[in-house]
Amino acid sequence: MAVVATQLFNGISLGSILLLIALGLAITFGLMNVINMAHGEFIMAGAYTTYVVQQAFSHYVPAALFNYYYIAAIPLSFLIGALLGFVLEKTLIRFLYHRPLDSLLATWGVSLILQQMARSIFGAPNVAVTAPAWLDGGLTIAGAVFPYKRLFIIALAVICMVALYLYLDKTAAGRKMRAVTMNRSMASSLGVSTQKVDAAAFAIGSGLAGIAGCALTVLGPIGSTIGTYYIVDAFMIVILGGIGSLAGTVFGALSIGMLGTVAEFWTGASMAKVIVFAAIVAFLQFKPAGLLSARTRSLE
Amino acid sequence: MLKAEGIRAGYDESMVLNDVSLQAEIGKVTAVLGRNGVGKSTLIKTIAGLIKPADGSIKWMDERIEKKAPEFRARSGIAYVPQGREIFSALTVEENLLLGLEALPRKERKELPGEIFEWFPILREMMHRKGGDLSGGQQQQLAIARAIVGRPKMLLLDEPMEGIQPSIVQLIQQVIIDIASKQGMGVVLVEHSLDLAFACADYYYILDHGTVVSEGITDMAHKDLVKQHLII
Repeated sequence: MAVVATQLFNGISLGSILLLIALGLAITFGLMNVINMAHGEFIMAGAYTTYVVQQAFSHYVPAALFNYYYIAAIPLSFLIGALLGFVLEKTLIRFLYHRPLDSLLATWGVSLILQQMARSIFGAPNVAVTAPAWLDGGLTIAGAVFPYKRLFIIALAVICMVALYLYLDKTAAGRKMRAVTMNRSMASSLGVSTQKVDAAAFAIGSGLAGIAGCALTVLGPIGSTIGTYYIVDAFMIVILGGIGSLAGTVFGALSIGMLGTVAEFWTGASMAKVIVFAAIVAFLQFKPAGLLSARTRSLE
Repeated sequence: MLKAEGIRAGYDESMVLNDVSLQAEIGKVTAVLGRNGVGKSTLIKTIAGLIKPADGSIKWMDERIEKKAPEFRARSGIAYVPQGREIFSALTVEENLLLGLEALPRKERKELPGEIFEWFPILREMMHRKGGDLSGGQQQQLAIARAIVGRPKMLLLDEPMEGIQPSIVQLIQQVIIDIASKQGMGVVLVEHSLDLAFACADYYYILDHGTVVSEGITDMAHKDLVKQHLII
């Protein structure tokens, strides 16, 4: 029983990490139809922001407050990711809408530049971020241990998802974003500034990648290629969930998380990856539009 | 006053409009008539900013706007209701209407004007329904209401009565007359039916093969002469 509970928890935990990473991509790729290969580097930027905040707290803030560095790092990671995304959209992406191959190549170049910048600033070796003390240990229920770090990431993923849902569904800015996604020219004819909406959407998607990077720091050391490791999974999740569907992204992340964990339990890490990708490819043969597809510009 | 002069416009290399000029006054209904494919929708899309003219000028309130983005034109008081309605099908009726407020300055985007529901009472009942769930006639009412909530000075209507049941057609005609005569709004009405257009228009233009072949005051028009240009 404990093994089943642990595996279930591990699946949800992996799914929540993947969800955090894929949520941002669900906006930039799923809603805006931009293949942003630099999304992984926004994750990296969030992770290094957390590292910098931790360093700043250890040097300039009283020791008693050190454990709160992480609370400051989450919004800062979002802001740094959002700022990078905003600048990228304003300087590059906006000239490449409707040119997917060009945007793929250009953002890939940006990702290489950002990786090299990180190496130049922080050095080539990975750096470790000490998780705050309040995330040490775990919750033991019926012999199964649920680490606080992973519980925290699950909670963070849920909060991000709910916040994104509320933003898109309940605010005027979110309404405009959905309208531009559905019918750009009509939204523009109503007075919606599509360029502002594009920049805001890209910034939010990139900011969410920054938060994902912040979350990854509690699980292990970080390096310039931390985002690259997850980027393929993130694209897979958005495609599996159904391009343009946030609910689909949630299902996609949890499905891949659960399947990956179960497959890894029975086989090994490499074979689990093979099984997951084979399952996704097979699934998309039968349902090419994904789990929950929505009509977007990318599908029109 | 909306004034288009010498407009040449089309799609890629194919020019649909050749040297088209049109004036539409605030408080008046100006009909643009013509058979299918003569360039009526191209003209109205060019005025709305969705097609860039290859040549010619568009003046609105004495300002040149032919190079301005659609959102600028919307905020300067030109509203557009496209053929086929193009409501946001996944958004609710209320959300669709609220998007119409985007044409107004931020401080004035507070609430929907009540007269919208006097003209189109069905929309109040349907406020929380998805736009895509509405019937064609209801969607058309929503599309017009969405354009009007931004209190435009000029409303561009592209075949608003196409494929709509007679009772809704009458309603839309009455709304067009009301917004021009009582609200002082200008209307450019694209229509291929002479009777429907003349029921509410003050002035008319007839397009054929991308040029204006006839124009005049509707009350003084000789219907048989006008019909010659509209018979396929």
